[in-house]
Amino acid sequence: MRLASAGWIDGAVINAGDGTHEHPTQALLDAYTMRRHLRGGQGDLSGLRVAIVGDILHSRVARSNAWLLHTLGAEVTLVAPPTLIPVGAEAWPVKVNYDLDDVLPHVDAVMMLRVQAERMKADFFPSTREYSRRYGLDAARARLLPEKSIILHPGPMVRGMEIGDDIADSDRAVILEQVSNGVSVRMAVLYLLVGGAREGSGVVA
Amino acid sequence: MSSSYLLAGVSPLGLGPADILLRDGVIAAIGTPGDLDAADAERIDGAGLVALPGLVDLHTHLREPGREDAETVASGTAAAATGGFTAVHAMANTDPVADTAGVVEQVYRLGEAAGYCQVRPVGAVTRGLAGEHLAELGAMADSSAAVRVFSDDGHCVADSLLMRRALEYVKAFDGVIAQHAQDPQLTVAAQMNEGVVSARLGLQGWPAVAEEAIIARDVLLTEHVGSRLHVCHVSTAGSVDIIRRAKSRGIDVTAEVTPHHLLLTDELVAGYDPVFKVNPPLRTEADVMALREGLADGTIDIVATDHAPHTGEDKDCEWAAAAFGMIGLPTALSVVTASMVETGLLDWAGVAERMSASPATIGRVTDQGRPVAEGEPGNIVLFDPAARSQVNPAHFPGVARNSPFRGMELPGRVVATFFRGTATLLDGELQW
Repeated sequence: MRLASAGWIDGAVINAGDGTHEHPTQALLDAYTMRRHLRGGQGDLSGLRVAIVGDILHSRVARSNAWLLHTLGAEVTLVAPPTLIPVGAEAWPVKVNYDLDDVLPHVDAVMMLRVQAERMKADFFPSTREYSRRYGLDAARARLLPEKSIILHPGPMVRGMEIGDDIADSDRAVILEQVSNGVSVRMAVLYLLVGGAREGSGVVA
Repeated sequence: MSSSYLLAGVSPLGLGPADILLRDGVIAAIGTPGDLDAADAERIDGAGLVALPGLVDLHTHLREPGREDAETVASGTAAAATGGFTAVHAMANTDPVADTAGVVEQVYRLGEAAGYCQVRPVGAVTRGLAGEHLAELGAMADSSAAVRVFSDDGHCVADSLLMRRALEYVKAFDGVIAQHAQDPQLTVAAQMNEGVVSARLGLQGWPAVAEEAIIARDVLLTEHVGSRLHVCHVSTAGSVDIIRRAKSRGIDVTAEVTPHHLLLTDELVAGYDPVFKVNPPLRTEADVMALREGLADGTIDIVATDHAPHTGEDKDCEWAAAAFGMIGLPTALSVVTASMVETGLLDWAGVAERMSASPATIGRVTDQGRPVAEGEPGNIVLFDPAARSQVNPAHFPGVARNSPFRGMELPGRVVATFFRGTATLLDGELQW
């Protein structure tokens, strides 16, 4: 961030994920993956309902997705225990819900975030089992999802914590495709920002 | 160096033109312009300049002993003179910590040797600032440094019983505990104000309640044991409210606000430039407005700089690794002019009270913060409120450049500072 605004360079700076702030290319590949799967791969994301579930507080993926998906017209709902929702998130263009079961029947895509064991040690929640029971996507809970909805996860997954083995490997999970799409999307970003012409650069593409 | 100065046509507290004669370290005479017999005195043309009593800072970090690469007593007091100060209180978080009579006497003597202003060492409340056992507060009070202000600043005296004991103990020598109000558990790894901006930036939040909860506890402890509490760098609207209510209950509490908390908000953190990293953090605009109002109505008694010099190595790095703190002595009066005087919230008498008289009273500094009157000590600052200039930290004394105001255009210019009748600053230039 500082490099981009320091005025030292005139090249593009690509954020490859910084701390607990943003991860723009992850959000781009997530949006791309959703577009490929939803509405028969034909439409845009406007009006689609996306739930982002898990450790929002420490997640650069959640932040970038909240901004990007909102920009693309999707309705974003953050789902987490209140301890893992940042104070100040009320200013984000999203809804917040603490009850995953309440949200799942009404989404087109659900994105599960990794929950690190350290969060339990810091008492963000009482135990991994309690987290799993209330916010983990297991087989029973996945049955609440509408028929054509998809499941995403930026990885790495903590299987048995935020997502069950059978769900992670199920047909509606597009997790491996996210990884593949990540290559294409990041190639595109590099091509456009590093290899391609930019406005005002004096070069016509 | 002349020993006599005629400050011609200055405006004491902004109340109209007068001549002030400084001689033998004191204000020898004040008269209508042209009336004083001062042929032997060096004449300073003071037309348009406001004359205020020399400013007194209750909260300065001089870094010596231990971090002379960031600031020394000499360079820090030179910065003070540049800003119109004639006394500073040197915080205890040096290395070694100022928790013994030996260290406070050393800092005191270094201040006297530099000669730019009076240095009043602050003693640590607890040994090594560790928050576990009381330092020898009585020995520091009885030393030649005559310490009256005790603070673990940088750390909160978080243990309630230890805070109670400290408040009780200093009653024996009219001391005051200056608390850095920060619940340590609520602020583990905190980087900035917790709110809308921290949520967006993904930086660990420092919630207002972590300050307010400690202040609420401390005013109640102070009431219970009948002692005296000073609250360092109040930064939130809620804190102002708690202090206002404590004062209305008759509790002997005073409070300070820094210049940066009167002008800057947490939106500045968005560029991740650590020059804006400070503890307590920059807050919201609503907090800034509440702090100004609190300073205007007397809830907050004084402005104190929390001047915190750091080397480039400690500041010009990634946000999370950077040190907390910003320098403030050279720009304090300009920032107060911008935030309080030009907004109509304070007149010059109000500025003199909050930046000179009241801090001297809280620190029990007898020769400072006195009225601009005949027979009083020759501690005077001349300030040109009409000047405007862009802040350039390269012009500050010392090596630290971590001013959050750099590049901003601020009103006012400190033209001259007189300490005990001697000019430390003339025409904006240090005199040695």
